[in-house]
Amino acid sequence: MNQPLTPNSFRTGPDEEGRFGLYGGRFVAETLMPLILDLERAWKEARVDPDYKGELTSLATHYVGRPSALYHAERLSQHFGGAQVYFKREELNHTGSHKINNCIGQILLAKKMGKTRIIAETGAGQHGVATATVCARFGLPCVIFMGATDVERQKPNVFRMKLLGAEVRAVTAGAGTLKDAMNEALRDWVTNVADTYYLIGTAAGPHPYPEMVRELQSVIGTETRQQMLEDTGKLPDAVVACVGGGSNAIGMFHAFLDDPDVAIYGAEAAGHGLDVPNGHAASMSGGRPGVLHGNRTYLLQDENGQILEGHSISAGLDYPGVGPEHSWLKDSGRVNYVPVTDAEAMEAFHLCTRFEGIIPALESAHGLAHVAKLAPTMRPDQSIVLCLSGRGDKDVHTVAASMGLEL
Amino acid sequence: MTKRIENRFSALKGEGRPALVTFLMAGDPDGETAFEIMRALPGAGADLIELGMPFSDPMADGPAIQKAGLRALAGGETLKKTLATVARFRESDTDTPVILMGYFNPIYVYGVDAFLDDALAAGVDGLIVVDLPPEMDSELCKPALDAGLSFIRLATPTTDEKRLPAVLQNTSGFVYYVSITGITGSAAPDAGKVGGAVQRIKAQTDLPVCVGFGVRTGEQARAIAAVADGVVVGSALVSALEASLDAKGAAGTGSAEAVLSIVRDLAAGVRAARLATA
Repeated sequence: MNQPLTPNSFRTGPDEEGRFGLYGGRFVAETLMPLILDLERAWKEARVDPDYKGELTSLATHYVGRPSALYHAERLSQHFGGAQVYFKREELNHTGSHKINNCIGQILLAKKMGKTRIIAETGAGQHGVATATVCARFGLPCVIFMGATDVERQKPNVFRMKLLGAEVRAVTAGAGTLKDAMNEALRDWVTNVADTYYLIGTAAGPHPYPEMVRELQSVIGTETRQQMLEDTGKLPDAVVACVGGGSNAIGMFHAFLDDPDVAIYGAEAAGHGLDVPNGHAASMSGGRPGVLHGNRTYLLQDENGQILEGHSISAGLDYPGVGPEHSWLKDSGRVNYVPVTDAEAMEAFHLCTRFEGIIPALESAHGLAHVAKLAPTMRPDQSIVLCLSGRGDKDVHTVAASMGLEL
Repeated sequence: MTKRIENRFSALKGEGRPALVTFLMAGDPDGETAFEIMRALPGAGADLIELGMPFSDPMADGPAIQKAGLRALAGGETLKKTLATVARFRESDTDTPVILMGYFNPIYVYGVDAFLDDALAAGVDGLIVVDLPPEMDSELCKPALDAGLSFIRLATPTTDEKRLPAVLQNTSGFVYYVSITGITGSAAPDAGKVGGAVQRIKAQTDLPVCVGFGVRTGEQARAIAAVADGVVVGSALVSALEASLDAKGAAGTGSAEAVLSIVRDLAAGVRAARLATA
């Protein structure tokens, strides 16, 4: 393949058709097309509307707790013996992860559009909880689609959603994980087009979702950039985030894309290892381009274009695709996407817990596992920021099981 | 463009009756059974055949067709085998139009140009690809039309007057009106509402308009056929096939007949409905 030309800026996408180079687009059934065009119009208006922006900022401040802290993880830095490691503390947000940033933005848009029913898909349950939360806050009925397998392995989050008033529908189709939940949410949307808003949780799906979710999450990187300049007087030498669908990652990366001296790393879930057939969820390191869920992007698929389920110990990374902007950033070479196995993530989980007194989500632990590889290769006057996207309370059962314990 | 679709609709116009379009999933539950059924469909009264290309993630399909696709994939069905089935069908039937229906990814991975060459050589007449709206025409629709295959577009209740011209622009063969907002195999459509929608579409195109999603019985087929140029039936046939399978999901001696007897009933319904205006 020819080396793609380096663009003047990595921050201008997508184009009018919702494409990031080859990736993105609007691959949806005709029934949904008019809705998606409506959504695009409403979003274009909202993003420049001072009232919308004012409401969003007010909720971010008083409800979510923004800005989130930037924390110097001194003991881990010392332990790794190289670069200074910082955490962008998205796990301190209301509901315990970055997901709420996107949900408040989209629920305000849904209200503006006059929609009266919200649907969403969820894997680990973090996006489901965040969606159920904003629906409670705005008094809207909410249906969360969740794979039956995930309902089983994320029971505490299922109960939280129910407490918040959401209806949780267990999806038994396929392997009962995130992709099946997304298929079912799309089927619901195509059936209830008039009143329903589909609140997608990651920077994937048909245009304008990837762009909209990125814009709503890019507060992470914008704050980080400013906080690093204030705290250290310079930009970080590297930023790292985990990538499933990739919403926390694109939110962290976007502000740094045109800073050529900042190295950017996305940690993909390599599960049992990239060489284990269908044993990982690293769509960019171990997949190839295809079309699913409204966009073209890197996918885990067989040689006939059938989608594979993949595997990750982290339910939030257990998805066979990735946001289209990441696929473009991979091909362009601006971001390095690296595989992290279940075992490496688990080791990083324990390190973070014991050295910093922070229990990270298994998703975020994938990012930290890459930091553990990267930091020792760097000098002590250099710095790395990890997006600590979520807290790990939800994962204690999974961690216990990996230690041979039952809670 | 292959001539079979046009020839078939003009012959039906001569008979003064609408078309029965039947769907079956390629390779469900195995390639041989699906072929047996396909070969017998015209004799049972099917005027056009839609052959499903199984996909792991059929976002617009209800449980019946989802399961049919998974059965076919479990049985080892691939796009290559589906095309081979069409070629085999053509050995004994050179007139019945065959339309492949499915999702874009398996075609994209096969390679658009290679797929179009092979589909044409196998005797395919048209394509229905659910996740390619007009905005995505450069992906497959235009190359298919250039290669001489019809690209049949779905129009839906959400396709308003303003959008309809864009939907019709590169459509050929016929227009497939999706009678409900929803997935395949849902509630039965209201024939009165469908009639109005078909008239709105026909005001903007000379192509035949066929109606599908939710038609299960001969009586429903007759009601819809009275207001359209054709009726598409899928989930009802796929469900009948499913009901005929044994506990291991294998076809039995009665499987083909389970589907064909419904097709005969639907054909009688469609034949009882004369086209009001030719």
